[in-house]
Amino acid sequence: MAEHSTSYNPGTGVEKWLDERLPIIRFSKEHLMDFPTPKNLNYWWTFGAILTVMLAVQIVTGVVLAMHYAPNVALAFNSVEAIRRDVNGGRILQAVHSVGASMFFFAIYVHMFRGLYFGSYKAPREILWMLGCLIFLLLTATAFMGYVLPWGQMSFWGATVITNIFSAIPIVGDGIMQWLRGGFAVDNATLNRFFSLHYLLPFIIAAVVVLHTWALHVPGNNNPIGVEVKSSRDTVPFHPYYTMKDLYGVVLFLIPFAWFVFFAPDILGDASNYIMANSQVTPTHIVPEWYLRPFYAMLRAIDFNVLFIDSKLGGVIVMGGSLLVLFFLPWLDRSKVRSGTFRPMFKWFYWLFVLNFIGLTYLGAAPAEGIYVIIAKLCTLYYFLYFLVILPVLSRIETPRPLPASISESVLGAAH
Amino acid sequence: MATGAVGAVGVAAAVWPLIDQMNPDQSVLALSTAEFNIAPITEGQTVTVKWRGLPVFIRHRTPKEIQEAKAVPLSELKDPATDEQRTKAGHEQWLIMIANCTHLGCIPLGQSGDYDGWFCPCHGSQYDSAGRIRKGPAPKNLVLPPYKFLSDTMVQIG
Ligand code: HEM
Ligand code: FES
Repeated sequence: MAEHSTSYNPGTGVEKWLDERLPIIRFSKEHLMDFPTPKNLNYWWTFGAILTVMLAVQIVTGVVLAMHYAPNVALAFNSVEAIRRDVNGGRILQAVHSVGASMFFFAIYVHMFRGLYFGSYKAPREILWMLGCLIFLLLTATAFMGYVLPWGQMSFWGATVITNIFSAIPIVGDGIMQWLRGGFAVDNATLNRFFSLHYLLPFIIAAVVVLHTWALHVPGNNNPIGVEVKSSRDTVPFHPYYTMKDLYGVVLFLIPFAWFVFFAPDILGDASNYIMANSQVTPTHIVPEWYLRPFYAMLRAIDFNVLFIDSKLGGVIVMGGSLLVLFFLPWLDRSKVRSGTFRPMFKWFYWLFVLNFIGLTYLGAAPAEGIYVIIAKLCTLYYFLYFLVILPVLSRIETPRPLPASISESVLGAAH
Repeated sequence: MATGAVGAVGVAAAVWPLIDQMNPDQSVLALSTAEFNIAPITEGQTVTVKWRGLPVFIRHRTPKEIQEAKAVPLSELKDPATDEQRTKAGHEQWLIMIANCTHLGCIPLGQSGDYDGWFCPCHGSQYDSAGRIRKGPAPKNLVLPPYKFLSDTMVQIG
């Protein structure tokens, strides 16, 4: 946004000295304060800030937990119990971290569905979208490995089931599985490396977030009507307008977060994870945490062979594909109109997709029998149809409603 | 070009140990054989032992189970194997198999399901009284570890 060049004038000699060597104040002013932001952003746009806060919360509480946690099969379970009972304030710190993972996922889902509705993945924001998908993948891996650390029954069997997924790969699968586990079964070697990686990945996520923000600041924000910024009348400076709005959004978000932490820290978790890991007994009902269930439901839905692909490999392909397809979205939906608000047919399919996804979340925890199996298959089918058939076809046949000429016009009404 | 190629080989040589360190280490590999006394296992009883960190079922089958397993025509099986192939000659009553479901590795529950064998609670796979897959998402029969009978009451796995 060249027309908004920053008006930074170093006031003191020290500032001037710094500006000539490392223009960090100039940079911050340009990107965190003066950055021209569409003036019509709604509350769905506060989730980016909420996510940044959540990443910071997880890193800070995580580093603190790691001071008390012992990554060893004999000690891990009790060390987490000790954090919850003995460590000063540990009850709250541990709850913030484990509830925080859920809140993080809630926010990232809202953020992604926002992008899906308002067409934020379309040109010129493809890279921005793909970096977001990458963050989601990394977050999934981080949360999965974090969940293994308390070494409860669900930790152990979750790790067993998920590492087993890799054994579906023909020929090299078993080798990869044993390489990931560091043994023939999930054991101490697995726990140790998961701790190492669980510590590492959030910092990689933070680095990708920097790239994500960079890719955002090149084209600037999309907005609820999906019409690009045309003049400086369409924007306001990020500070104070959006710093304050984001802060308000963050505070609202922290209210349910705090409620869970203080009053129901375990309600989102599974009771079997308070039984120490036992490699000889599988819990009768294996379920991942709620935020991974949609993908787990799709994995399980494939219980039939297709040609030479057996059911196990098929399930893995479907689960992997459900994540991979997101990366290709910018090239699947060719409609020129970004915002779903102006796409009468798209809207219906979009909301059905949202319902379908919630349905998959539910099915991921339902028993794998009877009617549930059939519904899970239908939901999986719709998930893929939406991306691979419906969006490409809609972009050809749909007649969008007329778009406002500019952001200002949509906010203030057309000039007469 | 040549510099680049040498550099690439150098990098690969440096990266390989970083990857290889994640493979099972010597102490894990060293545990590869184990002997078990099966005399105390009575007919109709299953004992789960540990071999290479994996749970292994040792089941003393009843004559009814053996009969049922032998009666199944191969054409009904997803991963065809005869009962003879699943056991050792002269020791048909003993069924020794790795206890992880061939789907994603849960431990199936014994003597349940529709086939007088095992039922996996995770995603509903069912195995018959010879540990063969009959229903559900698992692609293969329960895996047989390498084992031999040292005597009528001693078995060596691995
Ligand atoms: C992307 C951010 C992160 C996510 C989504 C995440 C997620 C999780 C989850 C789901 C658990 C299991 C909690 C439970 O069920 O009790 C966990 C545990 C743990 N995490 Fe993280 N984590 C993140 C960042 C970090 C960081 C940066 C560190 C350390 C530097 C860390 C250290 C730990 C430790 C020590 C545990 C074991 C103690 C416990 O179970 O509460 N985490 N994490
Ligand atoms: S692990 Fe047994 S059915 Fe999936």
